[in-house]
Amino acid sequence: MAIDLDVNGKVYKADVDLESPLLWVLRDELKLVGTKFGCGVGQCSACTVHLNGVPVPSCQLPVAATQGQKITTIEGLAAGNVLTAVQRAWIDHDVAQCGYCQAGQIMSATALLQQFPQPTDAQIDEFMSRNLCRCGTYTRIRAAIKSAAGTAIATRGVNQ
Amino acid sequence: MKDAVHSEAEVRDLIDGFTRSLSGPDPSEAAGQLSRRCFIKFAAGAGGGLFFGIGSPTVTQAQPATTAAPAFVPGAYVRIAPDGKITLYAKNPEIGQGVKTAFGLILAEELDANWSDVNIEQSPIDASVYGVQMAGGSLSIPTNWMVLRQAGAGARAMLVAAAATRWGVPPSEITTNESMLLHSASNRRAGYGALASEAAALPVPDLQTLKLKERKAFKLLGKRHKGVDGLKIVTGQPLFGIDVQLPEMLVAVFQKCPAIYGKVGSANLDAVRRLPGVKDAFIVEGTGKPTEVSNGVAIVAKNTWSAISARRKLEVIWDESGASRDSWKGFSTQARELGKKLEGAQIVQAIGNVDEALATGRQVESFYTYGFVGHAQLEPQTSTAWYKKESSGDSIEIWAASQTPTNARNLLATVFGIPAGRVTIHQQRLGGGFGRRLVNDNVIEAAQISKQAGGLPVKLVSLREDDMAHDFFRPAGFMAFKGSLNDRGRIAAWNSHLVHFKSEGGAAVTAANWQANEFPALNVPRYRASQTLMPLRVPTGSWRAPGANTAGWVVQSFMHELSTAAKRDHVEFLLEVTGARHAGNTGTPPGRPVHVPERATAVIRAAAERSGWGKNSLPQGRALGIAFHFSHQGHFAEVAEVSVDAKKKITVHKVWVVGDIGPIVDLSSAENQCQGCVIDAISTMSLEITMENGRIEQKNFDQYPLGRMPITPVVDVHFLDTDYPPTGVGEPAFPPVAPAICNAVFTLTGQRIRTLPITREGYSI
Repeated sequence: MAIDLDVNGKVYKADVDLESPLLWVLRDELKLVGTKFGCGVGQCSACTVHLNGVPVPSCQLPVAATQGQKITTIEGLAAGNVLTAVQRAWIDHDVAQCGYCQAGQIMSATALLQQFPQPTDAQIDEFMSRNLCRCGTYTRIRAAIKSAAGTAIATRGVNQ
Repeated sequence: MKDAVHSEAEVRDLIDGFTRSLSGPDPSEAAGQLSRRCFIKFAAGAGGGLFFGIGSPTVTQAQPATTAAPAFVPGAYVRIAPDGKITLYAKNPEIGQGVKTAFGLILAEELDANWSDVNIEQSPIDASVYGVQMAGGSLSIPTNWMVLRQAGAGARAMLVAAAATRWGVPPSEITTNESMLLHSASNRRAGYGALASEAAALPVPDLQTLKLKERKAFKLLGKRHKGVDGLKIVTGQPLFGIDVQLPEMLVAVFQKCPAIYGKVGSANLDAVRRLPGVKDAFIVEGTGKPTEVSNGVAIVAKNTWSAISARRKLEVIWDESGASRDSWKGFSTQARELGKKLEGAQIVQAIGNVDEALATGRQVESFYTYGFVGHAQLEPQTSTAWYKKESSGDSIEIWAASQTPTNARNLLATVFGIPAGRVTIHQQRLGGGFGRRLVNDNVIEAAQISKQAGGLPVKLVSLREDDMAHDFFRPAGFMAFKGSLNDRGRIAAWNSHLVHFKSEGGAAVTAANWQANEFPALNVPRYRASQTLMPLRVPTGSWRAPGANTAGWVVQSFMHELSTAAKRDHVEFLLEVTGARHAGNTGTPPGRPVHVPERATAVIRAAAERSGWGKNSLPQGRALGIAFHFSHQGHFAEVAEVSVDAKKKITVHKVWVVGDIGPIVDLSSAENQCQGCVIDAISTMSLEITMENGRIEQKNFDQYPLGRMPITPVVDVHFLDTDYPPTGVGEPAFPPVAPAICNAVFTLTGQRIRTLPITREGYSI
């Protein structure tokens, strides 16, 4: 079925099965592979995108439900070459190990900071607990979120 | 060393070969003309410039990727273009352990390159040029440290020689810094690019004459750097195996029998072939080996969703006559019985008369159990294969995220009966390895499916359920300990009987074997380790710090039981046991390396000091636990501070990690590995894989709950930064974590955890 999708401010035309999860339409049809597949059952959040600014697991979202909605993926965060504060913090804190979960982490963190601009430790843990990181970079994700929020950690490199 | 300058024609051939190898057909084919044995370097095309490699492939056209005795032949690592652009080639797979960045740092350090100008690329897979390329065993740094330093230093030496010639001055008067050559006496300078072509024309220095930097002169190494793929990761650019896209590519899924070794009896293939988007559906017979190709049904479709969707309508009647019937309940019942004997069926090590000493003194007995665990790397295995049937001979092109691409190439050649020279592997970044992707089953299966689909490019996607069901698991084990202490509270005898698993051939399954010199074999007066093996058909494999990830837990927990029985401070007890070999046990024992006493005691002391062991008073309801383990050449001691609530939920507040791995390459990455090991260990303490009737019971993450952000303690990482040769850090920080936590729980509550997962004893994280 031919549909229009509004992704990162651009309208894409795609011919899809309406029941297909948005995840696979993004990856296979639109060739936007930044959104990742980890579990397919909404447990890992590697597939997180924003639907009208709200973080959702795209593996659980039939593409039919996204018509007329604004979809934002990891590829759409940066404005041209200008990274967001969250993306910059991720690089500054050398967060990634394998990197596979990080697009989803960044999408969740971006939404967290939109909802709680100065999040407490408890708010960060609770909001971000949807995202799995198998490599265990949670320490650095916490630090990057705090930097992006402007409440930077006092010491760098130890006890973060 | 004889002059190694090539003729113009040779230079052209070399460039063409190398350039082709980066994007197209197999490099060893293209390099077939080479026969030199020394340094090679060649200009890059009409524009000039310097390619730098060490050694030379001694390869003929049809050479298999592993020669009979593969003398390690380092290949091309450094490319300097006339415009000054420096490209460094990282030869080992990047799985999150940071070697792509680390290898670049080592090259750049000795080259004296400006790090911000350097571009790191993944090298081609070619054993004749790079030797074995793999990510495992925490071996990347120790194996390649000197090779990379020589490559960087050699390129630098040639640039210096070129500048000396151009300026008419002795090379000794020229210094380098940040990709610049400088003759300070005459105040002349030039960028590396400007001298690259001239350097390429000069004789090559003898590797042995190269002067490598002293540690105190390091500008890059030992500092915190940022991973070189960071920008790509945060902007979602294609990097991973699953991100590969080819024109006309199809997507396949592969349904295997839930019970390993089961086969397809019949399937509704005709109905599946008619489903939307499906190109084909067929039975794959398999080679009979899960490490190669299993039996099952492949569905090949135009895109991933069509394949997944069709698979939901696939109906298979399985023939399980030859399938596994492994049962966790059966294993644990049988193991408990077998473990009642002090001595198992096979003696692994026996030093002194253990039985005599066990009958005297203060005796302590304990039975520990650890379950199977899965790898659960977050990127499900995905390989893209293109099996090409050509009249001149079949060839295979593979885009894979493998931990062992050299092995993958050889295995493809063997399984498909084609020369390795006709197999090309394009190495992708791995979304996690942890040992799973040491096995190349997904790669071989992708090639087989491509072949059966008629020689079309096919991406084989695993679903999470596939990865969970068809893993090569960390094997379970059941350890019966008995020890005795003399009247001074010292270990008089140590007896261990490990019940674990054997494969059909009778040998212990992969990653399960107890080492003959496993600590504390060499550090106590009387020691016996034995094992009894139960048959297992579910495949096992290396899992982060294989062997050590469980040996560390059982040994360091029982060690604490002994010090507790002796009423001695545990740090003091550990220092005593690790600090000296027992009188008779000098020399180099067979088996894996053992710890160096002074390095062990140094990390234990540092961990104790940094955590305030025995000094600082802790808040009410908290306790410390300490453990030490040596694995993968790294000495690590760790202290955990824990509390436990009324529902037996364990909170790990802080972990101090102290490691001695020699000099650090990238401090940020090394710290990240240790933080990651701590979180991984806490997570894994509460996880298990079980099987009944040969079927894995945990299907997805809802049934295998990996740890999430709230479990994360504060992690204090400290490296002793010694002058020993550098060793790896992907694994050795893992083993001490669980025992440190369990020892702390005991100190706090008087309850000893003897089961992993701890959930079986009512605990949670």
